[in-house]
Amino acid sequence: MLSIHAYKRQEPLQWSSGLILLGAVALSLGASALLLKLHGKPALGGISILFSGAFGSLWAIEDCLIKAIPIFLCSLGVAIAFRLQIWNIGAEGQFALGAIGATWAALSFPEMAWYGLLPLMAVAAFLLGGLWGLIPALLKLHMRANEIIVTLMMNYIAILLLDYLVYGRWKDPLSFGFPMTPEFSPAAIVGKIGTTNLNWGLVVCLVTALMIWVFFRYTRLGFEFQAAGENVRASRYAGLPYRRLVCLAMLLSGAFAGWAGFLEASATINRLQPSIMVGYGYTAIVVAWLARLNPLTIGLASFLLAALRVGVENLQLDLQVPAAFGGIMEGMILLTVLAGGFFMEYGLRLRRSP
Amino acid sequence: MNTDLLVPLLAAAIQSGTPILFATLGEILTEKSGVLNLGVEGIMIVGALAAFVCAKLTGNPLLAFALAGVAGMVIAAGHGVVCLWFLGNQVVSGLALTIFGLGLADYLGTPLIGQTAPGFGKLSIPGLGALPILGPIFFQQDLLVYLSVGVVPLLWAFLNKTRWGLNLRAVGEHPEAAAAAGIDVLRYRWAGVLGGGFLVGLGGAYLSLAYTHLWTSGLTAGRGWIAVALVIFAFWRPGRALLGAYLFGGVMAFQLRLQAIGTHVPSSLLLMLPYALTVIVLVFASWKSRQANAPAALGINIEPQD
Repeated sequence: MLSIHAYKRQEPLQWSSGLILLGAVALSLGASALLLKLHGKPALGGISILFSGAFGSLWAIEDCLIKAIPIFLCSLGVAIAFRLQIWNIGAEGQFALGAIGATWAALSFPEMAWYGLLPLMAVAAFLLGGLWGLIPALLKLHMRANEIIVTLMMNYIAILLLDYLVYGRWKDPLSFGFPMTPEFSPAAIVGKIGTTNLNWGLVVCLVTALMIWVFFRYTRLGFEFQAAGENVRASRYAGLPYRRLVCLAMLLSGAFAGWAGFLEASATINRLQPSIMVGYGYTAIVVAWLARLNPLTIGLASFLLAALRVGVENLQLDLQVPAAFGGIMEGMILLTVLAGGFFMEYGLRLRRSP
Repeated sequence: MNTDLLVPLLAAAIQSGTPILFATLGEILTEKSGVLNLGVEGIMIVGALAAFVCAKLTGNPLLAFALAGVAGMVIAAGHGVVCLWFLGNQVVSGLALTIFGLGLADYLGTPLIGQTAPGFGKLSIPGLGALPILGPIFFQQDLLVYLSVGVVPLLWAFLNKTRWGLNLRAVGEHPEAAAAAGIDVLRYRWAGVLGGGFLVGLGGAYLSLAYTHLWTSGLTAGRGWIAVALVIFAFWRPGRALLGAYLFGGVMAFQLRLQAIGTHVPSSLLLMLPYALTVIVLVFASWKSRQANAPAALGINIEPQD
């Protein structure tokens, strides 16, 4: 009788990670096509709309890039925490707090010039987002509270706080009862690059990613991060300030997600309203894991998952497929990539069993 | 506060605590086998949808309830495949399962929003239901409430008094030792994942069959995550899970009452209560227990042996 048997590889197969991702996407696309078919929609037609919707025109690609900005920033933040094996699931809430901070600055100083106001909004978003990340870090370090649950609960609280503000205190008196703040003054809006639809947030993203990459590769503190993430106990014996590293990681993690919220409020919708929360913070977790926490690969993966969102929007318009289709695909891609990671560490061989 | 207000509030507390109780018990079973499944929220909502659709099609709520358990098992099996067969990271796999489950339920449930399905009504226990005060609180509930309370001692007895339960716990505490003692480690972990998924699915069914009778988007609203937190609060003990679930049910029922009588406090602030309470309860439980009760091998995958 032949049986399949797993053996551990001497060296992990590094080159296979791209292949695994490709296989995962193919498998998830196949399963989604099946789901469309079951729903009585054209399967192949649906998949082709998904692709042409995301990459079929310059306008579509611009849209993908615009949606990639918040995902990219949130994911950079998430990856910093994940490197230390701190499970920050709270990017969604930190994003909300960042948007709230930026909006506070924009509404409080409507007369200020852009070169004063935009930095002030960025600082407010950084601080509030960072605070929302720091609280779970402190609760974890001092009270041993599980950060997964605390960050997740703080997401719900943050979204309700945003609701409270836009339905109450900050509601535009001229909005005919819609829950939204007044539109920001032109000085509070991050502008577009040249004649494109892209805003300068894209440049903020790329610079931030590059800085993080340099930080992890070339600085002492970055090296300490890596070491502490790989082995918590050993790093403590080596005298690394583990607690301070965790606090710093969560502060930055929250702050980057906060910036994403700031850019989304300022550049994309020009005000604060509940529809700003579309789950970028959760997509960011998928992205961080797909990119294996590498800041440069995160850029690429953010673009791909943003493209999935744009493609699904088209599917929604053309075939009336619910927007939740995107969540199904995100979940499936992540599950299959996780399973596929097995083949980097292990090989399979056939063995004759006695 | 007089009894006219308090009695319905406590009865409602038990009702809103019941779905959380099912989910918490399920997650206790899974975690006791050493598997951390953070997909509770996703499993729960798929269970809720399966139950809703089945009740609508067959008109048989009991069948729908059982089917929700099976649906929960099927979704949880995804976690089993990724983590038990392919050794994927348990934290990330659970999150992926939640994203997938929420997406699937939303996708399939969109055409059903606002529709109703037959479910469970109140069932007064003869004799006990007529008691003053206690009767309306404890003995005029629906069938599923009594069932959920019945699961508590059953799970306790299974984990503490049966050979299978002890083996399952051994696998969660020290898989190498369990394997050396001749226990099929993976089989017990699969049992933990599937059995847990079944109970979590039942919790979802309670939401759509007894709590609302109505399909809305995002029906679970974080209850699955609250259940994950309650496992820690309960120190992995079924009896304490009952206490925790009813405490949360109480807070949820209380904030709904406050909204209904129309206080000056905005509803978004009231809605924060259960989530804020989860953080507070978790912090105190973790501080007190120092995690000593967590299964020692929780979240650690078992590598295949050569």
